[in-house]
Amino acid sequence: MIRYLIRRLLWALVLFFAVTVVTYVIFFLIPADPAQRACGQLQTQQCLEQAHHFLGLDRPVYVQYGKFFGRLLPFDFNGLAHGHSPIKMPSLGISFANRQQVNSIVGGAAPVTASLVFGGAVTWLLISIPIGILSALRPRSLLDRGAMMFVLIGISAHPVWIGLIFLYLFAFKVHIFPLGEYCNMINPPVGTSCGGPVQWFYHLILPWITFAILFAALYVRMIRANVIETLNEDYVRTARAKGAPESKVMRSHVLRNAMLPVVTMLGMDIALGLGGAIFTENVYDLPGLGRVLRLSLDNFDLPTTQGIVVFGTVAIIAFNLIVDLLYAAIDPRIRLS
Amino acid sequence: MALLDVRDLKTYFKTDDGIVKAVDGVTFSIEKGRTLGIVGESGSGKSVTCLTIMGLNAKRNTITTGEALFKEQDLLGMGMRRLRQIRGNDIAMIFQDPMTSLNPVHKIGNQLTEAVLLHQDVTKKQARARALELLKAVGIPRAERRVDDYPHQFSGGMRQRVMIAMALINDPDLLIADEPTTALDVTTQAQILNLMNKLQEEFGSAIIIITHDLGVVAETADDVLVMYAAEVVEQGPVNQIFSRPHMPYTWGLLGSLPRLDAETERLVQITGQPPSLLRPPSGCRFHPRCPYVMDVCKQTDPPLKPVTGDIDHYAACHLDEETKDREATKLLAGMVAEARTG
Amino acid sequence: MAVSTDAQATEQARPRTGNELLIVEDLKKHFPVTRGIIFQKEIASVKAVDGVSFSVREGETLGVVGESGCGKSTMARCVMRLLEPTGGQIIFDGRDITKLSRAAMRPIRREMMMIFQDPYASLNPRKRVGFIVAEALEVHKMGTDAETKRRVQELLEVVGLNPEHYNRFPHEFSGGQRQRIGVARALAVNPKLIVCDEPVSALDVSVQAQILNLLKDLQRDFGLTYVFIAHDLNVVRHISDRVMVMYLGQVSELADRVTLYREPKHPYTGALLSAVPIPDPVKGRERKPVVLEGDVPSPLNPPSACRFHPRCPRFREGHCDVEEPPLYPMGDGHLAKCHYPLEHWPLTEEEFRQPGRQAVAT
Repeated sequence: MIRYLIRRLLWALVLFFAVTVVTYVIFFLIPADPAQRACGQLQTQQCLEQAHHFLGLDRPVYVQYGKFFGRLLPFDFNGLAHGHSPIKMPSLGISFANRQQVNSIVGGAAPVTASLVFGGAVTWLLISIPIGILSALRPRSLLDRGAMMFVLIGISAHPVWIGLIFLYLFAFKVHIFPLGEYCNMINPPVGTSCGGPVQWFYHLILPWITFAILFAALYVRMIRANVIETLNEDYVRTARAKGAPESKVMRSHVLRNAMLPVVTMLGMDIALGLGGAIFTENVYDLPGLGRVLRLSLDNFDLPTTQGIVVFGTVAIIAFNLIVDLLYAAIDPRIRLS
Repeated sequence: MALLDVRDLKTYFKTDDGIVKAVDGVTFSIEKGRTLGIVGESGSGKSVTCLTIMGLNAKRNTITTGEALFKEQDLLGMGMRRLRQIRGNDIAMIFQDPMTSLNPVHKIGNQLTEAVLLHQDVTKKQARARALELLKAVGIPRAERRVDDYPHQFSGGMRQRVMIAMALINDPDLLIADEPTTALDVTTQAQILNLMNKLQEEFGSAIIIITHDLGVVAETADDVLVMYAAEVVEQGPVNQIFSRPHMPYTWGLLGSLPRLDAETERLVQITGQPPSLLRPPSGCRFHPRCPYVMDVCKQTDPPLKPVTGDIDHYAACHLDEETKDREATKLLAGMVAEARTG
Repeated sequence: MAVSTDAQATEQARPRTGNELLIVEDLKKHFPVTRGIIFQKEIASVKAVDGVSFSVREGETLGVVGESGCGKSTMARCVMRLLEPTGGQIIFDGRDITKLSRAAMRPIRREMMMIFQDPYASLNPRKRVGFIVAEALEVHKMGTDAETKRRVQELLEVVGLNPEHYNRFPHEFSGGQRQRIGVARALAVNPKLIVCDEPVSALDVSVQAQILNLLKDLQRDFGLTYVFIAHDLNVVRHISDRVMVMYLGQVSELADRVTLYREPKHPYTGALLSAVPIPDPVKGRERKPVVLEGDVPSPLNPPSACRFHPRCPRFREGHCDVEEPPLYPMGDGHLAKCHYPLEHWPLTEEEFRQPGRQAVAT
């Protein structure tokens, strides 16, 4: 197990390098200059050069990447030479656009995205598990056919479109949900009334559903297939031959086995969901990583973009590791081999 | 009164292509302490017969008629609640593939205790003690340690022992074993058959053993039921079936078997393929493959008739008794004669 | 050491008649078990086949029996060069093919064909039967389209299928018919050797008899040589001229069919024979099987010296677990890898457990 973990971590490191290098390269291939934005109306040669120097863009790509990577390391070799503590906070750098620490930009946006993605995952499981199981138990029934319709729609409809439709129907026409906006779960920012768990929940209901529909559809189909497959397993017949009542057969012999693959899929899909969150956040105007990413791309704000990429990569890797461990914990075949 | 009395059992499956008559009018009975062997090739309906008795066919798309009287109660007509009390308690079942018949995510011990707790009013501790006792009885080495292992940590033979332990844990009156040794190697098969014999002597259960292996039937069964295309074509005490078979299909089965105790240059082969149960042949279902086929065979399905001179021996064939005796003797004599020279 | 003695014993015992089609010497196939974080280090190996020597004469059938995990299928795949052997030599038709390149193997491949256990899995479900059978012909560039078609229809007829079913798909046939297609495919290129890997294990008895009869007829008509692998001792006895018993990647016993079944020398062979149920209620019930304890050990870590010793009723401490027995010649080309071979057959359980004579002198 330890060996496996170490191997996973080494792979994660390779992946991390690849992703960040690719982001850098793409940025330098795009024929746009952040310095032009920095200078605004004042597009003089002098200003541009100053801006270049100031932003560090006058140095070669590999030097810039080296500096970026040095900031990420939790060791400060300069500090060591000057007699300070060698341990420091990894830093993602400073935004080109508004000179804020990228750390704090990401730190502010991450909870919003986390709320959306994890709440969304809970939502899609709440939708898909009961529907998937029921339609597996009654194949070809009305419910099953209805569920398959839902799957078809869920897979084909884009979240941006769903989001806009929801906003139009439930917020604009019938005022039962707010028109976007995010509310902090713990303490409301000064000067706003929007805050606390209830408001947080209320404001996120539509985004959650929008975000979850695609995955809910995929999961209904997967859970249905898994349950049908498990129902045909020999050990389910063994359980019935023992005289176990159907409720017990379902609980301890069908559902547990059928849900095993769902756990693995969940890990991968939550990672995938980080990408999907971009659309939902932009439709509902939620200040999460997705929206910040879009804004930073508009501004050619490399440090912020890179910061979000780094954060996203680390989050995905960490999440996959957790899921692997979880899977090993619930499946003895993996745990003991 | 027999322990289990099955009368005119029919199991039809509704499929997209039409109705598959998987079991079509099967009648037999079994007494306490006896062993009944059901032989036949795949698709002959032998497994479905037993699954029907246990009520284990999917309810949807299945039509079942007839009676299966277990201790004078009809298993087919009773409610699910009552049937569940009988399953695993009075009637237990062992399946063919030990690799897939145990749930991979539960410990062996828990799967055994589950069977106890479902039927007996005992504590978990007592149930576990009983599970251990049975694991030892079926010959699992170091049972105290292995009880907390998972199925994938056991070999095929050991898993089949666990299945037997699970089946016997509530002292059933009837044990149904569906091809219990087919998936096992020959030395493991010998272990398992030995074990089943020993346990039958000890617990006195009746056993129905389903198999395609005539050797296994010859050595374990008291009575034999030969099935072909969803029907019983011959039944009787094991000695009579093997010494005086009275149905060409049984001859074919016996003759197509290469065997250690006889030398045959060429096997008697049954030509053609088993028929489709969607559209079974008219008359005697064996007629398209039968070398003795007559006109009457194509028209009317022969009923099971008693074989003159034998007790409890029935065969379904239009051939006259003389021919049947002559051909059967020829078949068996051929074997024995060649065995001497070989 | 033991291996070379084996080879020597085989050498002595095997009458060299000069018409051996296939000679296998000390064949080994080890599958590595690796460990390591970045660099994979071999820490052990599964010795699936570990020093197997035998020969097959032209026109004969060599039966190979053994329980699951004894390495019989791996051995067959090595002989066919579908797997690369770890060691040893394979001489086919007088030519050493052990190290031949893919290109050099190609003309030899049409001389040795294989029939597999699962007739469905080994036929491509999307291809028509005619195509499946013709494929080998086309690979080996034999004949024009019309000739190919005629040849395929001829082959279908030879194996007892309707030649008009040329255009059907595998799923339209039953299990036995599919196995006939497998046989037709193997026959297409006029091979000299056919390796049959459990060809009838998945079939019902009546269909099994059809295929066994077919294989025998084809051998008679075309002078084929078979290596016939099965776990069913009855089937192997029926079809073979000589029989080789394998246990944990090694040969336990090798003899002609009559001798092996009438006078087995190796206790494992004895246990196998006694375990086979006899389809006769009288004789069958008299039979007292020698019940072996436990399961076949893992080939990853096989027992020391004689690999059968932990399960052997005749096991002698300090001998069987210390000194590996060679394949002792028992006369007439009969070889048995045991220090305490069975004196006669059948034996009572008592006699089985108590070897009467001293060990075979080495």
